[in-house]
Amino acid sequence: MRWGNILSIEFNALADAAGGLALRVSLFITCYNDTLFPETGKSVVKVLERLGHTVEFPAGQTCCGQMHYNTGYQAEAMPLVQRFVDQFRDAEAVVVPSSSCVTMMKDHYPKMAEEIGDAKLMADVDALLPRVFEFSEFLTRRLGLEDVGAYYPHRVTYHASCHGLRNLGLGDGPQRLLRAVRGIELVDLEGLEQCCGFGGTFAVKNADVSSAMLAEKTTAVLNTGAEVCTACDNSCLMHIQGGLHRQRAGVKTVHLAEILAGEETVRR
Amino acid sequence: MSGVALDPKTAAAFPIAARTALGDTQMRKNVRHATEVIQAKRARVVAEMPDWQQLREAGKQIRQHTMEHLDYYLQEFEANCTRAGGVVHWARDAEEARRIVVELVKASGSDEVIKIKSMTTEEIQLNAALERAGVHAYETDLAELIIQLGEDQPSHIVVPALHKNRQQIREIFKRRMNLPELGETPQDLADAARMFLREKFLRVKTGVSGANFLIAETGGVCIVESEGNGRMCLTLPETLITIAGIDKVVPRFEDLEVLLQLLPRSATGERMNPYNSIWTGVREGDGPQTFHVVLMDNARTEILADKDGRNTLNCIRCGACLNVCPVYRQTGGQAYGSVYAGPIGAILTPQLQEMHHAESLPFASSLCGACYEVCPVKINIPEVLIHLRGKVVQQKTAGVSGLFDVEAVAMKAMGMIFKSERRFRAAQRLGRMSETPLVRKDGQGVGWISWLPGMLGGWTQVRDLQEMPKETFRDWWEKRGKHGK
Repeated sequence: MRWGNILSIEFNALADAAGGLALRVSLFITCYNDTLFPETGKSVVKVLERLGHTVEFPAGQTCCGQMHYNTGYQAEAMPLVQRFVDQFRDAEAVVVPSSSCVTMMKDHYPKMAEEIGDAKLMADVDALLPRVFEFSEFLTRRLGLEDVGAYYPHRVTYHASCHGLRNLGLGDGPQRLLRAVRGIELVDLEGLEQCCGFGGTFAVKNADVSSAMLAEKTTAVLNTGAEVCTACDNSCLMHIQGGLHRQRAGVKTVHLAEILAGEETVRR
Repeated sequence: MSGVALDPKTAAAFPIAARTALGDTQMRKNVRHATEVIQAKRARVVAEMPDWQQLREAGKQIRQHTMEHLDYYLQEFEANCTRAGGVVHWARDAEEARRIVVELVKASGSDEVIKIKSMTTEEIQLNAALERAGVHAYETDLAELIIQLGEDQPSHIVVPALHKNRQQIREIFKRRMNLPELGETPQDLADAARMFLREKFLRVKTGVSGANFLIAETGGVCIVESEGNGRMCLTLPETLITIAGIDKVVPRFEDLEVLLQLLPRSATGERMNPYNSIWTGVREGDGPQTFHVVLMDNARTEILADKDGRNTLNCIRCGACLNVCPVYRQTGGQAYGSVYAGPIGAILTPQLQEMHHAESLPFASSLCGACYEVCPVKINIPEVLIHLRGKVVQQKTAGVSGLFDVEAVAMKAMGMIFKSERRFRAAQRLGRMSETPLVRKDGQGVGWISWLPGMLGGWTQVRDLQEMPKETFRDWWEKRGKHGK
């Protein structure tokens, strides 16, 4: 099924490239990016507009329900499925700068709609989900791009968040986007497939274990000698940044979108 | 290490047990090293299989089909095993299983048994029950022997002594086998164990085993192992007593073609187990002349009744999920307070306790999904973890006490907030205001929080949190719309 999807997506990408189609992209910013990481959202807008697409922001959007769902408060997450569908029903493409939120939708919304027992909602979810993309996935698979015209003259290492890596199967898509950035020096992170230990409420419920996992991750980041650690999820980055800042390590974390939004300042 | 049996009914909650485990640096080093070695071996032998994903799917289908028709296949197994000369017993729970086994051992006329490594007997704490009845059990699996002599507890379902290194094992053998001059090479240790065990193999007349698979079609029982000590226990005693969970049945002999490819590669990174034993009933002049099988439920039918939890029973106990789990990697197995540790333990243990104990285990995961990726029968462990979290929350929030649970109240409030954009914006503003007293500016003028109250304090024990930006994305977007792009 996944291959079928990928093939049809690649085909769409080819068709778009051939026709030079500008897409109407609806941005689902996600609750925590909206509140804590607005720069990521601004960067997504900047990249998409630079590529010639139109960005819309449905104002009634709030949260995908992941925190509630994954912590055991499934009942509280249920109404958010309907809300998401209502907000994005007519979208040509929905772009989300968070692979864990996209995972929440793709892995759980169909089942949740089924549990609610609402046939209309089930149909709506099924119709909408194929148009939902994690940001890097939208660029590489839907648009078929690697070079988005970015400039970022820094030594960078990439952290593959678990949900992007395993649930969405992003593969090396994010790294391909990064490699095409001018000026960047991309260094591999050891233990790429290893979780950083965030896991939502896991980080507070099992703070000690989460800390031990984080210690391994920050050590790996520091070993790269990178000045910037990037990822497709600000949740992992907030965790890694929290540890690095406590150590006064002098390494910052930056969402992939912010790197891809980077531009060379115009020479005088 | 603890000599107290791992019992979910009395074990500390995972976060507390984990804190203790994290302080044991030697154990953590041993676990990291051992799991890395096994993972690398597994990765090598899995990569050489072009049809690995199809095999996983086939394994899943076999197990799922079996569980859907478990009553049928169990009766088929009983009929065929009985026909071949075995005696089948049914045990509703651990208590009944222990009683049956103790009685059978007594009836065999022996006050000693030799044992093959078996997680099911660990699950029901059989050795202690035998001891109480005046029967001494000798563990013959090398790792189980180390655990038994060290008065320790298993920390892994396949390699139970993986938390011990060679020097620690040597110390245990020196002390318990009375071998002051014992060398330190693997050969020295294996020789010592061999000498110690061989005498038991030749003397003890009753054997106790678990089972990897029960074959319904033939009434046969299958055990795979690496040392040959299991083979000794299966062939030398006069009486053999096998105890197995009812989930261990497979329909056909032919199903082993799939499962015996998946299991050894996933478990120990071997293409095939060195010893694959399959026996059917009894045969005159060859092996044990009395053969009993105890089929134990012990909450398995309860698990089977839950459509979102029942995949747990598909497990073939390979331990691959433990080896790959980043949580297990840090804590080792004993922190799980159950003989079933790691991701599979986190879903199996609370269900075996019918959700009355071990409620902290479903939360002992960051939901990274590495377990699901390696599972040879494709158990979606993260999904089951989430399902069980829902059950725990339901129990917790039922009744009046739920009204005073801080987490539940906060979660319900957040649920209300996300239902309305207006409320969400108000909450964003409120969050910015209430964090202000905690924020300290750094040299760059960026605010950081290094202390948070209550439950959230777990975050700030080793992490800082950057202050909330002055403007949310949606505020920026609105402003931008007003002023044109």
